[in-house]
Amino acid sequence: MSLPAAIELRDARASMGGRAVWSGVDLVVRSGEFAAVLGSNGSGKSTLLRAILGLVETAPGTVSVLGSPAGGANREIGYLPQRHGFDSTLPIRGVDLVRLGLDGSSWGVPLPIGPRSAARRQARERVREALELVGASAYADRTLGELSGGEQQRILIAQALVRRPRILMLDEPLDSLDLPNQAAVTALVQRICRAENVAVLLVAHDVNPLLPYLDQVIYLAGGRALQGPVEDVITGPKLSELYGVEIEVLRTRDGRLVVVGQPEAPHVHGHRHD
Amino acid sequence: MSNPTLSWNLVKDVHELLAYQFMVNALEAGTIVAVTAGVVGWYMVLRRQSFAGHTIAVMSFPGAAGAALAGVPSAFGYYVACGVAALAIGRSGGAARRGGGRESAAIGVVQVAGLALGYLFLSLYSGVLEQLQTLLFGTFLGIDRNQVLTLLLVAVVVLAALVVVGRPLLLASLDPEVAHARGVPVRALDVGFLLILGLAVAATSQITGALLVFALLVAPPAAAQALTPRPGLSLVLSVVFALLVMWVGLGVSYFSIYPLGFFITSFGFALYLVAKLARYAAARLARDAPPGEPAPAAAV
Repeated sequence: MSLPAAIELRDARASMGGRAVWSGVDLVVRSGEFAAVLGSNGSGKSTLLRAILGLVETAPGTVSVLGSPAGGANREIGYLPQRHGFDSTLPIRGVDLVRLGLDGSSWGVPLPIGPRSAARRQARERVREALELVGASAYADRTLGELSGGEQQRILIAQALVRRPRILMLDEPLDSLDLPNQAAVTALVQRICRAENVAVLLVAHDVNPLLPYLDQVIYLAGGRALQGPVEDVITGPKLSELYGVEIEVLRTRDGRLVVVGQPEAPHVHGHRHD
Repeated sequence: MSNPTLSWNLVKDVHELLAYQFMVNALEAGTIVAVTAGVVGWYMVLRRQSFAGHTIAVMSFPGAAGAALAGVPSAFGYYVACGVAALAIGRSGGAARRGGGRESAAIGVVQVAGLALGYLFLSLYSGVLEQLQTLLFGTFLGIDRNQVLTLLLVAVVVLAALVVVGRPLLLASLDPEVAHARGVPVRALDVGFLLILGLAVAATSQITGALLVFALLVAPPAAAQALTPRPGLSLVLSVVFALLVMWVGLGVSYFSIYPLGFFITSFGFALYLVAKLARYAAARLARDAPPGEPAPAAAV
């Protein structure tokens, strides 16, 4: 069956502080597809997620999310921002953080005491399911400060998942994880993508831990974007064209991809001015 | 000297205490203030805005002194000064939640300016030192019915506002980016909470004095949050602790020649210390027993 696009960008242009981060971007991600967002630092990967959330201006192009303009369907998006500023020593349990993902944006306060209504039971059940889905049930009652990086990441993914979103956007969830945990979290995301028919956008630095799981990649460089299956996009000619300099893609014997000749971020910035 | 009968015949003591209208007023005002401070302080401590809270509190001193100088009710001065301070901090606070250090320096400068201004107002007024002591360290004498009613009104406004914004405020405090993406007006909540804090501080400092607001606004929630990570439970504990500190403080200071602020502060500090020790002991016990402490699962 041909599903309508979960995320669709047409000639989108994102600007921050008057400067275009990328422009002329056309993308389509469908439900149940797992796409990685790749590119060097400053190429606008996080900006892409923020544009899909409607937090970044994209005129004159259009961004449509589940048939609505960007920002109109944010309730259907599970979003895990980059966690640079996240205070992991906060005295809060994983289960509470996941619960906030479920109803934290609703006004009003559920009374801490009083009858346990059906709604409360349902909410608790949903939180339990989400924790189970990511395999975090065993440590969800500990405070975040007591958890390892991988455990925290699972809790945060559970938070993004708890409302059964139709789109899941994870900004560098593999950052600061060791290799086994990177593989485990990626496998988990792919499983959710398939089982719940969720469109997944995962921002990453390195494509290699993702290779066995991806349906496609979105490669951002030089102010433009390229989308397609890994073997079509991560090639010497394609990346050379994107970056505007000679790039070589090597494949190691165990199937890993090595991109050689990538200009550093400042260089890419230079190309952006047209 | 403090009266030893306090500890030996509680019923009689409480009875004696309640025989005076000024004491009833003080207890009512104290109760209202403790509940407000317990709830607002809980958010303040969670949001790590204690320094902002303290600065707003200090601003209540020039507020009250200025009101005395201008010949308007001091309560008026409290609310205006705290409200203005809250807005000022809110305006400068956009990058504060991310940036950290710079903001605290700016707030610190505002704080000393406030203290100096308060002292100036007071000197201009007449230089009565007793007044200074009351403004800084609090009193429970001379609280009239009108004051109690005003406090009640402020408490209702503050608590009602928190009931409405409580959950998004919690999300915005813990996880501002996710909150923003989910359409929670994070920035407006930042300023709104500072205003709520300003109201609560203005109310509290009328009893505890400008310098000792913290005894009620910080110690009880900090103790509660040290004891349990469960949000609902620690919020309730915070209010209970604030009430305890206030009631015991009022009771003891009635039988004592020493000022109320001293007792409230001491009890608040003791409470915090006990909570920290309990926490430490629990951690030690958990480490000795490897299976860990499986806290019962219950989302609030």
